[in-house]
Amino acid sequence: MKARLLDLAGLFATPLRPSHYLELVNPLWTTHRLQARVESVWDETADARTLTLRPGRGWRSHRAGQFIRVGASIDGLRHTRTYSISSAPERGDECITITVKAVDGGRVSRHLVRQIKPGDYLPIGLPQGEFVLPEAMPVRPLFITAGSGITPVMAMLRSYAALGRMPDVTHIHYAPHAYDVIFGNELKALAAAHPGYKLKLVHTRELGAELSQRRHFSAEQLAELCPDWAERDVWGCGPAALLGAVESHWNQAGRARHLHLERFQAVLAPVPADAAGGHVSFTTSKCETDADGHTPLLRVAEAAGLNPAHGCRMGICHGCDAVLVSGCVRDLRTGALIDEPGDKVQVCVSAACGDVALAL
Amino acid sequence: MSLPVHLNDTEIDEFGRELDHIYEEVMTSRGDRDAAYIRRVIKVQRWLALGGRIVIYASLGLLPYWGHALATWPAFLGVITLGTLMLGTAKILENMEIGHNVMHAQWDWMRDPEIQSSSWEWDTVCPSDQWKHSHNVMHHTWTNVIGKDRDVGYGILRVSEAQAWSPKYLPQMLYNTLLGLFFDWGVALHDVEAERLIAGEKTWKEALPTLKGIGRKVVRQVGKDYLAYPLLAGPFFLYVLGANFTANIIRNVWSYMIIFCGHFPAGSQVFTVEQVENETRAKWYVRQLLGSCNITGGKLFHIMSGNLSHQIEHHLFPDMPSNRYPEVAPRVQALCARYGLAYNSHSLGRQFGTTTWKILRLSLPTPNAA
Repeated sequence: MKARLLDLAGLFATPLRPSHYLELVNPLWTTHRLQARVESVWDETADARTLTLRPGRGWRSHRAGQFIRVGASIDGLRHTRTYSISSAPERGDECITITVKAVDGGRVSRHLVRQIKPGDYLPIGLPQGEFVLPEAMPVRPLFITAGSGITPVMAMLRSYAALGRMPDVTHIHYAPHAYDVIFGNELKALAAAHPGYKLKLVHTRELGAELSQRRHFSAEQLAELCPDWAERDVWGCGPAALLGAVESHWNQAGRARHLHLERFQAVLAPVPADAAGGHVSFTTSKCETDADGHTPLLRVAEAAGLNPAHGCRMGICHGCDAVLVSGCVRDLRTGALIDEPGDKVQVCVSAACGDVALAL
Repeated sequence: MSLPVHLNDTEIDEFGRELDHIYEEVMTSRGDRDAAYIRRVIKVQRWLALGGRIVIYASLGLLPYWGHALATWPAFLGVITLGTLMLGTAKILENMEIGHNVMHAQWDWMRDPEIQSSSWEWDTVCPSDQWKHSHNVMHHTWTNVIGKDRDVGYGILRVSEAQAWSPKYLPQMLYNTLLGLFFDWGVALHDVEAERLIAGEKTWKEALPTLKGIGRKVVRQVGKDYLAYPLLAGPFFLYVLGANFTANIIRNVWSYMIIFCGHFPAGSQVFTVEQVENETRAKWYVRQLLGSCNITGGKLFHIMSGNLSHQIEHHLFPDMPSNRYPEVAPRVQALCARYGLAYNSHSLGRQFGTTTWKILRLSLPTPNAA
């Protein structure tokens, strides 16, 4: 009955939905897509900023440690990245926070840190991810974080504090200098207020470049900072180098199943300018083949026995557009490279540029 | 057979390279201001549509029936006309500057899932997937090629002497008028290829999936404008129905006028299949130029025509964001002047006048130009 009524209401807005008109009045009322309003911004350090977001209708509460997809339009182009939620589910004002560190050369992170202001709207996704504490509380967690890897763990710590159930926690956090520690004062305040929370801050660059290597993660350092590490469950988040070192240490100790790591998307290898051809995967039709650097991918697909939808075969009608899954293609008309997953590729005028996967 | 121009192949290639250069320059400079433009147009269009509907209902409160001081026929008619014009304008914007251009993939580069050619559905009885086939593929690839481009007379009109005369064209001024008034229905039935059905070149069975697609769209569109909104007005059903009907007719007549001025005015050329055999991209450009006509006008006029007043630029660069056509047009025109190529650009009166005159004249047999 409710579905029928909604369908009838939908008739008034066809070919759109009533939600498209509600959006005119308040973007948070929409149901056809999820957006969040930026309520406030707060600089945690010189290059890290916390955005307080009010998600619109359709939001469901997260579990501490989960992340969301956040979209940003830069030069008119939509980019999507994932960020951990740094606030606790128990926050109580129906807002969430994400804390973004401006990465060198990171267009999206710089945009979020420098350009976004209160009152802006950002497209977001629902909470995702398995980097969460078990429902049955672990007795003694060990958190190992570095830089902005603190964010999901911050949500966990804030959640413990809000519930008033801080367990026996050791937290090793790496940051270049004392002034680079995101949430530094709040972490120290937590440590002061909760005897069970043992905070071990490691400032890796404080001794100058030469000695700083010694301050990175090592077995000796771990034994010193957390002698009972072998009896704890570990949640780790940070740069790939740190997580790799932690992983091999726990593997050697035979305690891999006590390890929970949060890795954000691996950095993609840049495409060499002279790359020509490569291995092609058509993911929808589950077909693999090889291509050179000048044959249009439409012809490559046809030579491989596929019959993709197409029209003009000369780049006019967009009847053959396919979504890029990974890798890189070259537009044969302009020589432009297309390498952002999710971009549309006109396969009739694009050739492989290195290995490529297309949703075709 | 070659194109009717005085340029040799090398010159045509050079002309093509210059157009490629303009295209690349504009496409690489797409950015925030383009994204802001289309978002603003969409927002204005939705407010206009919503506002138009509200004003139409508000006018019902001014019917003499209510007996209050403001309730007079002139007041009612004035307000309902305003609402109808707002709704008609919203439909024109939605079909032309937004729908047509979004479905040309002009805005896909933004990666905004809300503004994608693959998922956009427009406010008219023609389903978008059928339109993308008959328009983007058939018309834009084969522009003005007799026997290939079904937009040359839409299968019912004789708009070029290259189309053989037959007695069925005698009353074509009548079809033309009806097509103008009910243009959305003509567009919807375009991909059915009715004239081929009647001639027996296509079976009803082949046309069935297309007809079913149209049927589903028609139910929702007609249900909205001629049932749902009028029913909301209760006893004043007919007033709302009339206003919605008029808004659709306004949209139809306007889009018919603009679209007929795209390829039919005096000076526009048509081509044979032999002429386009083994056509290079540069020659394709020249054919698009010779077969398309611009309409001169102000900024608002261009937006209201979906920038199809820049039909030449649209046909040269169909996936370029439409807000860039005005800045590209002078460059294309200067390029044409340099190469001595005709650039057909005139006022709406001249373009529509010669189009209508042509349709009238070609309803009669023409002496065979040897």
